[in-house]
Amino acid sequence: MSLDEFFVTGDPLILASQIAIGLTMVGLIALITYLKRWKWLWNEWFTTVDHKKIGIMYILAGVLMFFRGGVDGLLMKAQTSRPGLDLLDAQHYDEIFTTHGVIMILFMAMPLLIGIMNVVIPLQIGARDVAFPKLNAFSFWIFFAGAMLFNLSFVIGGSPDAGWTSYFPLAGKEFTPGVGNNYYAISLQIAGIGTLATGINFVVTIIKMRAPGMSWMKLPIFVWTTFITSIIIVAAFPILTIALLYMTLDRLFGTHFFTVAAGGDPMLWLNLFWLWGHPEVYIVVLPAFGMFSEVIATFARKNLYGYKSMVYAVAGIAFLSMLVWVHHFYTMGNSAAVNSIFSLTTMMIAIPTGVKIFNWLFTLRKGRIEFSTSMLWALAFIPCFTIGGVTGVMLAMAAADYQYHNTMFLVAHFHYVLIPGVVFAVFAGLYYWWPKMFGFKLNEKIGKWHFWLFVIGFNMTFMPMFFVGLDGMSRRMYTYAESTGWGAWLGFSAVGSLVMAAGFAALCYNIYWSFRYASRNVGNDPWNARSLEWATASPAPHYNFAVVPEVENLDDFWYKKKKGTLGLKKSDLKPVHMPSNSWTPIVLAGAFGLVGFFLVFEWIPLAIIAAVGIVVGLVANTFDYDDGYHIPVDELEEEEREWRGDLQ
Amino acid sequence: MNAMKKLVYALTLLLIPVLLAGCESKLLVFDPKGPVARSLTDLIVYSIIFMLVIVVVIFVLFGYIVWKYRARKDDSDFEPEEEKGNHLLEITWFTIPVIIVIALMIPTMKTIYEVEDIPQGYEEEEPLVIHVTSADWKWIFSYPEQDIETVNYINIPADHPVQFKMTSAGTMQSFWVPELGGQKYTMANMQTNLYLVADKPGSFYGRNTSFNGQGYAHMEFEVQAQTEEDFNEWVHEVHNTAMDLSEEKYSEILEPGVLGRMTFNGTHLEWIDHAHGGSEKYIDSELYRIDHGDDEEEQEEGREDDQEEENENQDTEDTSESANTDHSHH
Repeated sequence: MSLDEFFVTGDPLILASQIAIGLTMVGLIALITYLKRWKWLWNEWFTTVDHKKIGIMYILAGVLMFFRGGVDGLLMKAQTSRPGLDLLDAQHYDEIFTTHGVIMILFMAMPLLIGIMNVVIPLQIGARDVAFPKLNAFSFWIFFAGAMLFNLSFVIGGSPDAGWTSYFPLAGKEFTPGVGNNYYAISLQIAGIGTLATGINFVVTIIKMRAPGMSWMKLPIFVWTTFITSIIIVAAFPILTIALLYMTLDRLFGTHFFTVAAGGDPMLWLNLFWLWGHPEVYIVVLPAFGMFSEVIATFARKNLYGYKSMVYAVAGIAFLSMLVWVHHFYTMGNSAAVNSIFSLTTMMIAIPTGVKIFNWLFTLRKGRIEFSTSMLWALAFIPCFTIGGVTGVMLAMAAADYQYHNTMFLVAHFHYVLIPGVVFAVFAGLYYWWPKMFGFKLNEKIGKWHFWLFVIGFNMTFMPMFFVGLDGMSRRMYTYAESTGWGAWLGFSAVGSLVMAAGFAALCYNIYWSFRYASRNVGNDPWNARSLEWATASPAPHYNFAVVPEVENLDDFWYKKKKGTLGLKKSDLKPVHMPSNSWTPIVLAGAFGLVGFFLVFEWIPLAIIAAVGIVVGLVANTFDYDDGYHIPVDELEEEEREWRGDLQ
Repeated sequence: MNAMKKLVYALTLLLIPVLLAGCESKLLVFDPKGPVARSLTDLIVYSIIFMLVIVVVIFVLFGYIVWKYRARKDDSDFEPEEEKGNHLLEITWFTIPVIIVIALMIPTMKTIYEVEDIPQGYEEEEPLVIHVTSADWKWIFSYPEQDIETVNYINIPADHPVQFKMTSAGTMQSFWVPELGGQKYTMANMQTNLYLVADKPGSFYGRNTSFNGQGYAHMEFEVQAQTEEDFNEWVHEVHNTAMDLSEEKYSEILEPGVLGRMTFNGTHLEWIDHAHGGSEKYIDSELYRIDHGDDEEEQEEGREDDQEEENENQDTEDTSESANTDHSHH
């Protein structure tokens, strides 16, 4: 293979990005070296096992990927803004919508949500860390290795181009011979291992590490949604693992699981993909429901209406999410009976979802609604998500779906579900928990710019898609004739995407501005909130709680705050046991990334050598007898005094 | 606060197009030209009415609550009461969606079964059988009884049932003529069936909706419904004027690329039916390879390719223009 085949060089857009990426890397390395920050980075971040720092790294990675996926989106909108444009050719467009989909779901939504879970969940259940801190670090680094490998495809070898669903036979080697789809199979596999480990970690954490007295029906609702989400992860991700393994075998080693030749079955891929893919949609939406519930309760200054029915609704949605995958291929020539059954199971999801919407509305009712930026996101979610929800019911009706399937109507629908359901939630969560992570608030005024630009831009971008879809435009078309009359709709949509991008830019500016100028004097409970994470300092100390809290009620912190019984007695302080930092997670993940890269190019001997590295790392890890360390009482006392003023 | 007023206002504005969509008859899906599409459209309109009611109820409730219970400067002491929930209310908003789901499910099931068969009122007539073979990136239509084959367009008799027996020569595609009926996938080694009827003569837009690589956007076709006489005349004319289809020519057609319209005497079904395997011998993965290199030689080649593509596109433009004749009513 010659060098120019190795590096993607044909396209001026890509060339410009390559240069930009190169310069940024050199610049970053130079900057860190100049500031003499390498050792600090390694000790404080790269080897950390602190769930809060891992969460922050997830969030950072998610925001970066949001940027990448967003630029992909903007390029698509630019290309289709007028009929017959040739800003991007067909191939480039195909690569871009593929990477847009994969990045937004797996490398943007997932890390942002998992990041927030990482920061918040142990604090909400009054724990000092997750159940397996080192595994948690490994989860992050291996996700990061997968994400970086996937992004590498853009400049080295070529991006995947068979859509984020990568349907066979198209995704097979016969019809897509390049390395792009190898990247897809292998980088998703690597990142998926991290997600599965995270799922297991949170299931165990929530079962075993709740503060004394915190029974199941006293869990904050975000903990509930995280718990149920983690169970879906544990149930669904192994399916993806198998599907991607088969795909890898088909593409690299000539097996025929999914190819048409030699008795392979492309339908097997579709079934496996959506058996994972549909629950995946709920994996990203359910934690978001939890965040909205926390934010709405806090800023309406009321407890969550119908807490128990909310829990049952989430569990019901999770259960149904496993039973609906066939609705992704109603038009595959299933029998009428099969389509009818899956229509019913799919529509049934609307029932618990409706219950949740009404519970949120009744939480707001008779409250005192404060329009903080965080709350604005939660409020905007309700009407926007309702549109996504009702169009979802329309799509669920199999016969009607024969007209919507694979059209822009579908694209509009799932953006109306995923953007309000996930992105608004992440924004709400970031504004809400930012003080807990960093000790200051994000600027509310810039936050409102961020909010209005993004929400208006979002509706402008995706509302027209319903109409072009009903007018016969299928998804993934890189161009169309003027006679179709879609130009006006899509032009408007493209303008909307720029408004939305301006909203995102406002967020970035807000982060920059707030880091420099925001007041550091926000206290431990800046929003007058209800759950345990606000009972400790902001930013949370690395040991979370000097003394593990005891819980008597749902919203225990709120009641104790009212009663004024939150003080800390000096005599209660005992040395705190903490896990030590570890270099194994990042090094192991690096080895996984290397194996993945060699496999993409089918350099099998090199892949085997790197795989030996993984085995050595795992074995070395079993000889790690470090049991962690204790934080002495006087250190705890000093840190607690700093924010409490004095101890009792 | 006025931010919320703005939000409610903005959302109301956004709702208007949704409301209008119900009566907007120009969108293809709302403009059925045959009984199959009509029963789908009826179902869609029926569901939209339910959905609009739901949206309006939630938006009004939301707007009212958010406005009424907004924080005011003078009520900062106000401490909302704790509310545990109310079983009666919760049962109500559980039951209502259950009823809505049942109300939607019954007509949905009816329609699912209905469109799987020859449309009502046409059961007595013998359907015209057309074999559909999708390939990268063209549509091949075979009329076994008439012994005719076309590429990228179909002529059918109006007011007469047509049975499409569909398969694919390679990747998966989806056959869709929105004004005549819903879509269905075409898959290699598989046969799917679709019945369509056009009420009156007319030209309809059809395309592939399942992404299948570079030429996907251009994978369109025209369905021309004609009177019985015009159709028979067309068949007769094809027999007299069109070239005979040879296997060699057929292999050439199957090579990945975008083509214009073609018409042949004879069908490829004589030597292969892709629904029953054997497509491998027409597939050459080398033809699907993509070059990213840009040294001079390759650029030169690329330019030639572009030229070729342009020529081909000219053909396609003809097709899409005419395919869109009925679509230009905007």
